[in-house]
Amino acid sequence: MALQSLDIKNQSARTSSPPSARSTLEVAKLIDVSRCIGCKACQSACMEWNDLRDAVGVQEGFYTSPPDLSDQSWTLMRFNELELDGAFRWLILKDGCMHCEDPGCLKACPAPGAVVQYANGIVDFHEEQCIGCGYCIAGCPFDIPRLSAKDSKVYKCTLCSDRVAVGLEPACIKACPTQALSFGSKAEMLFQAEHRLDDLRERGFGKAAVYDPQGVKGTHVVYVLPHGDRPEAYGLPADPRVGEVLRLWRSSAARTIGVITMFGVLVAGLLHYMRHGPLEVPADAGQGGEGKP
Amino acid sequence: MSPRDGDLILRHTNATRVAHWAVAIAFTFLFLSGLALFSPFFFWLSALFGGGPLMRFIHPLAGVALVLTFFPYALGHLADNRWLPADRQWVAHLFAYMRKDHSDVGETAKYNAGQKLMFWSMVPIIAVLAVTGVALWQPWFAPAFPAAVRRAAGLVHAICAFVMFVGIGIHVYAAIWTKGAVDAMIRGTVTRAWARFHHPAWYRQMTGKGTR
Repeated sequence: MALQSLDIKNQSARTSSPPSARSTLEVAKLIDVSRCIGCKACQSACMEWNDLRDAVGVQEGFYTSPPDLSDQSWTLMRFNELELDGAFRWLILKDGCMHCEDPGCLKACPAPGAVVQYANGIVDFHEEQCIGCGYCIAGCPFDIPRLSAKDSKVYKCTLCSDRVAVGLEPACIKACPTQALSFGSKAEMLFQAEHRLDDLRERGFGKAAVYDPQGVKGTHVVYVLPHGDRPEAYGLPADPRVGEVLRLWRSSAARTIGVITMFGVLVAGLLHYMRHGPLEVPADAGQGGEGKP
Repeated sequence: MSPRDGDLILRHTNATRVAHWAVAIAFTFLFLSGLALFSPFFFWLSALFGGGPLMRFIHPLAGVALVLTFFPYALGHLADNRWLPADRQWVAHLFAYMRKDHSDVGETAKYNAGQKLMFWSMVPIIAVLAVTGVALWQPWFAPAFPAAVRRAAGLVHAICAFVMFVGIGIHVYAAIWTKGAVDAMIRGTVTRAWARFHHPAWYRQMTGKGTR
């Protein structure tokens, strides 16, 4: 309860409700893919601010570098190469945590407080509480969290929760030279996104769309996609959801029923013993050879 | 065989008892750590393992220990757990048996039908727990499985663990309820009267004597 900007509205494996008297503005990052020139300034800024250094890799024949997200690379420009409308295209995606309103990672996590969701919508990992089980990785519909081989903790984009908490915008936003990245309240970002859509439609991208998937109740990272009818072409799932299997697996109702049932077995045993007493060999059955009662 | 020697009958060999308690210790580790992962209500149990991360590391190792101790143990007890016609009668009179009405439970061999059902439920459940556990085992094996497989494995693992916890709970209670059973698993022997009363067919086989 120190900083209102870091008030927690939900956390993993909780047994009670977090303090919820005060509310705060929900934030969002808007990524307008059409304005991105693939300069990777956002990647560098993320490394700088968070003091991350990924291993130097080797050239593998494409522009995406490093080749994947990692515990040291929390955001990554993915250069999706494909033929579209008869021409070669680069569909560049600034990949990273989407900060879902209904986060699968938080739902999957069994360690109390290792995954938190701030009232402003940012989903953050508190690595101090992380036990390294990797359930969040299995629970994420976007395949974002990465387990560190060094410390067996998971890492991902924090949406610079430390900066946002003190009124600064995330480091990647600050570094973007083309205003492909913006940051503000979610409502403001959606409003701005509509403007960008009008612009794109005028330029002939009739199917441009905002990517704010409702299967996870919306995200706090929102894309403007010129080819909005084909999010998969950018490497984004068309309809990301937490999913029924995960919901059932991590269902707190099912688990509570399970715990109560186990407790019930204990009580049933106690009551049975109280009513019937131990099963002992009857005294008259002690003679060798004959007389089973 | 002198009469004094005849007072006790060997029910569980040294090897069986050591194996049984090895399985029991592995299970206890898995139960306590699994319960902490099963419900946040029990996460405090992680303190018994030196905290959450260490518990998470130990849990699959205890799983390997269970597999390595349980399956050889089960293999050695297949014959005694074969389902016999008399077992049907035991199951039919289960509730009478629970009320200590022994009149109709039939000619029980070395293990009664309840023990056999426990045995035959634990064999597949531990196998499924082991396989799904490997799919969830970070950081070494889980990355080899797609996320959807790991979610399904997690669900199946939790359900099987629940069934096992309840099953072992019943097993432990039945052993405490049946006076002499825990002693038999500790010291290995039972009295002749105990053997004749609880497992008449086995008693006959061990002594060559009738029970009537």
